[in-house]
Amino acid sequence: MDVVLTLLGIGIAALSGLPGLFMARTAMSGQRLTTLLAVLGAGLGLAGVGCFWIIGESQPLVLAWSVPGAEFNVAMDGLSAIFLVPIFLISLLGSVYGLGYWKQTAHPENGRKLGLFYGTLTAGMALLVIARNSILFLFGWEIMALSAFFLVTTEDEEKEVRDAGWIYLVATHVATLCLFAVFGLLRKSLGSFALTPLAEGSLTPAMATAIFVLALVGFGLKAGIMPLHVWLPSAHAAAPSHVSAIMSGVLIKMGIYGLVRVTSLLPAPPLEWGTAVLALGVVSGVLGVAFAIGQHDLKRLLAYHSIENIGIIVMGLGLALIGRSLSRPDWIILGLGGALLHVWNHALFKALLFLSAGSVVHTVHTRAIDRLGGLAKVMPWTAVCFVVGAVAICGLPPLNGFISEFLIYVGLFGTLGNGEGASFAGVAFAAPALALIGALAVACFVKVYGAVFLGTARSERALHAHESSPSMLVPMSALVVCCCLIGLVPLLLVPALGQGISAWAPNVKDAGPALVTLAPLGWITVMGMVLIAVLLVCGGVLWVRLQRSVVAYGPTWRCGYAAPTSRMQYTGSSFAQMLVNLFGWALRPRTHRPGKLTLFPQKTDFHSEVPDTVLDDAVLPAFRFGARLFSWFRMFQQGNIQVYLLYIFLALIALLIWR
Amino acid sequence: MVQVLDPLLIVSLALNFVALGVSRIRGVINAVAVQGVLLGVFPLFLHPDIGLRVVVLAVGIVCLKGLVIPAFLVHAMREANIQHEVTPIGSYMSSLLLGAIGTGLALVFSYTLPLAAEHSDLLLVPAALATVWTGFLMLTTRKKAIMLVLGYLLLENGIFLFGLLLLDAMPFLVEMGILLDLFTGVFVMGIIIHHISREFSSISTEHLTELKE
Amino acid sequence: MNTMIHNTIHVLLALTLPPLLLGIIGKTKALFAGRIGPPLLQPYYDLIKLFQKGSVFGTTTTWMFRAGPVVGLATSALTVLFIPLVNGTAPISFTGDLILLAYLLALGRFFTASAALDTGSSFEGMGAAREVTFACLAEPALFLGLLVLAKLSGSLQLAGMLGNSLAAHWATSGAALALVLLSWFIVLLAENARIPFDDPNTHLELTMIHEVMILDHSGPAYGMILYGAALKLFVFTALIVRLACPVATGSPWLDWPIFVVAILAVAVVIGIAESTMARLRLIHVPVLLVAACLSSAFGFILLVR
Repeated sequence: MDVVLTLLGIGIAALSGLPGLFMARTAMSGQRLTTLLAVLGAGLGLAGVGCFWIIGESQPLVLAWSVPGAEFNVAMDGLSAIFLVPIFLISLLGSVYGLGYWKQTAHPENGRKLGLFYGTLTAGMALLVIARNSILFLFGWEIMALSAFFLVTTEDEEKEVRDAGWIYLVATHVATLCLFAVFGLLRKSLGSFALTPLAEGSLTPAMATAIFVLALVGFGLKAGIMPLHVWLPSAHAAAPSHVSAIMSGVLIKMGIYGLVRVTSLLPAPPLEWGTAVLALGVVSGVLGVAFAIGQHDLKRLLAYHSIENIGIIVMGLGLALIGRSLSRPDWIILGLGGALLHVWNHALFKALLFLSAGSVVHTVHTRAIDRLGGLAKVMPWTAVCFVVGAVAICGLPPLNGFISEFLIYVGLFGTLGNGEGASFAGVAFAAPALALIGALAVACFVKVYGAVFLGTARSERALHAHESSPSMLVPMSALVVCCCLIGLVPLLLVPALGQGISAWAPNVKDAGPALVTLAPLGWITVMGMVLIAVLLVCGGVLWVRLQRSVVAYGPTWRCGYAAPTSRMQYTGSSFAQMLVNLFGWALRPRTHRPGKLTLFPQKTDFHSEVPDTVLDDAVLPAFRFGARLFSWFRMFQQGNIQVYLLYIFLALIALLIWR
Repeated sequence: MVQVLDPLLIVSLALNFVALGVSRIRGVINAVAVQGVLLGVFPLFLHPDIGLRVVVLAVGIVCLKGLVIPAFLVHAMREANIQHEVTPIGSYMSSLLLGAIGTGLALVFSYTLPLAAEHSDLLLVPAALATVWTGFLMLTTRKKAIMLVLGYLLLENGIFLFGLLLLDAMPFLVEMGILLDLFTGVFVMGIIIHHISREFSSISTEHLTELKE
Repeated sequence: MNTMIHNTIHVLLALTLPPLLLGIIGKTKALFAGRIGPPLLQPYYDLIKLFQKGSVFGTTTTWMFRAGPVVGLATSALTVLFIPLVNGTAPISFTGDLILLAYLLALGRFFTASAALDTGSSFEGMGAAREVTFACLAEPALFLGLLVLAKLSGSLQLAGMLGNSLAAHWATSGAALALVLLSWFIVLLAENARIPFDDPNTHLELTMIHEVMILDHSGPAYGMILYGAALKLFVFTALIVRLACPVATGSPWLDWPIFVVAILAVAVVIGIAESTMARLRLIHVPVLLVAACLSSAFGFILLVR
């Protein structure tokens, strides 16, 4: 029943953009129909998941499929359910958002394409999450990857967008190649393409390590784990905002889903896997947020924060793997529970942030943070949504980011009690690293919120901004409500998390109640309420005092300076300067300073930027070197038909000799 | 007795970091001097019987490392008009982090060494290795010649710590350590600084590369 | 003495004592400088005066400017409920409350820094930038110290970590705890804007981190900020007191006075530290904070070797 509902939802979502293709380019009716169908499909999908949670168990569905070796085998379990919810929810909200943000009438040339591929993206992702057959998984994966490519290159008349699309395409196909290898090796061990857990001892250690490493590379490319993140910043910055929201919130989680699913198939992971995954998580987290601090582009900055949060999720997964190696069910519960909850939380608050950023970009037509300012006065609702997203992503109470980080912290601190050898000390050091990540995130989001929404406008465009339409505000508000709800009442999610954990580690029984015993989420709810109460009391006291006393308004004091301009404010770059210098060994900022001043100085400028170190200093030079190397083979490409006939003749001779 | 040794060794390790991190030369001189005084007190704790010889030795080391050599260094600073700022190659942060990594590795490495039973629990061997590493680090990452002398003194403190392990086996080790200090005092400072200062009218070692022709 | 009275005394003490700490620090610094200095109770008089004053708000500011002091005060006030002042018990205590404490302070920092940026002035921006940068380095030091305490006590509640068993642990792992104490003292100086990180008395942009962030606040809001800062100082000082002298005589009539005397003594020590050190150059501040992290890290390594 639940699988059928989900499949129906997938089908409708996939086809949602199709009717729009046949309708007028310059009318809104096509887009409205597409949005309606997308909402319907997503709603059916969510209903399917709800059905699964109410019933508690599910039957797999097997349909005939003519592809050799594959079968259309879909099923729902705790893990799939957890990953399906963000897919459908963000897709639903994004489609509604698109009604106001990417109006068909304003974008006649690519609006219908966007609607079509938005639906197929949702369908592809949902399909791969419920697939229980490798070929079906790859089918869904490719649909997702290609839809995302077309979505990223929506505005393909810009060179920057085309470049971002190419990098994304190369990265995703390298990932798919690795996945082919993984599933090929799994088939070799299992004998079939089914995704069922392997028995103990059915894999040689070499084979298991090969599968794990390839899965880590392949899914890591999709998830954006450092140093495989090179496609993420440019792709998320170049895409339209609701596409960035679904890519950042959901698409990269498919990499996490793949990693979680493959590690659930492999028996008895050795300790090094968990430690390596945890170390990668720490590196991604710290460097992700360090890169984010140095960015000037609003959406690129948010993209780097996705890398940071993927790092946090991977840290939880690493802890769970270590728990599985050392047979510590409490570490598994806390680590995986925190990771899965952070998947949800990140989908929610990242989508909220991207939608708010889109709301800003929609009116001011620029993504540069240092050209904005003072937007909170003209766009009050967007500002509130953004600050809620910012507080949530920094992991501050009483919102939802704190809950998942709390679970991971308790898990990491719990490793102190009983561990063995070097890995245990290393695992405990991840806790201060997580604290560093949190503090850096606070620094970054104070910078972004302050530079974009507070202060005074730094350019003409920011002066003439206006609030967005309700179709854009309603999805953002829905996400705000979700963030607050999960932050205040996390106990609601414990059953779902428990089912997910049990699906990953079947020998951990009663994961849900155990989670509440290990990490007192009830206390968190109480403290959240107390915090809100104290805030209201203090706010009330201040309000009463302000009512009763004299309140005057005047310009900002600025230590007595008489003629301030908006250019004198701290910009985002100046705010981040100390931290960028501190992390300069990784960020390698490039500055263009004014030349030497002469007697009559000309107008000059200063700019600084933080390019992606891995992309610009490692990947692109390597690809250029490869291009130079392979251009040697061009000599075979004569263009002469006689030479090509000669090649065919030589190939025939070679085959004859070989036989 | 040995319970007191561990906290003192930790203080001496902390002084390594102080020497790497402070930005004034006088601060580094003070750190090395305090470390020297601390080291001078150690034989009192390690020797099974505290006789007159041990007390005289301890007093001698304390005076030499704590008073005489720092006085020489301050005098040299005044004579050669050295600026008070430490100029590291790299940054303070990188020296500090390298020192931390070295100390951590020293702690780990000392577990793999086959030590005698009474020495394996002490922090003596890791502290000695760490101090040697810190001295080496200071020798390689500081530009001024006086900082090279201080690095050499740190190196020597580390070797002295090692020598404390063999205190029972080689009783005159401590006296030899004092002689080494005297060597430092007389030769290194008097001759090298004087000559560099005379030759280049500054004591930055960057100029020494001119000597290669 | 049952829990109810114990918690009441805890809350009352925590809400009334903090401005006295500020007064003692000021008096100590004045005595070192050869002055008589303001009266000990001056911060109380200041707070009372400020709550009666009117306010001036800048025209560039939004609701964030009003929210900054409120959130700062609320979060500081909530954190005092977790610290076990006496006898190893605190009014609110659960597994992982140390993380909630650290993140509540971070929440306060987010809103205070945003309120500073709300004014659109470069002074406040400078202070906010420095504040969030130094917090990035101080948080790991705090957590590394918490790691040491968690390892020693085997508990993840602040009340358990700083409880009565700490005295026994000082005897066995005194070196590690001493390193944590040093590291936490540096974190206290950093988070509460004391010399060598910040000079709370001058109003030059060279020396300001906290003072400049609150430059534009006035009246009751400014009073809330001062009170919140005093509460934050109290929280950190209480942590140092519990770490340094975990005395438990068993009789509450002795324990509470001992705690009060100890916390006033630590305030004097802070005043002495402020009077004897000079403010660090800004580029050297990260070095000192990293040294604090390393100190705690080595304390932890000493424990687990």
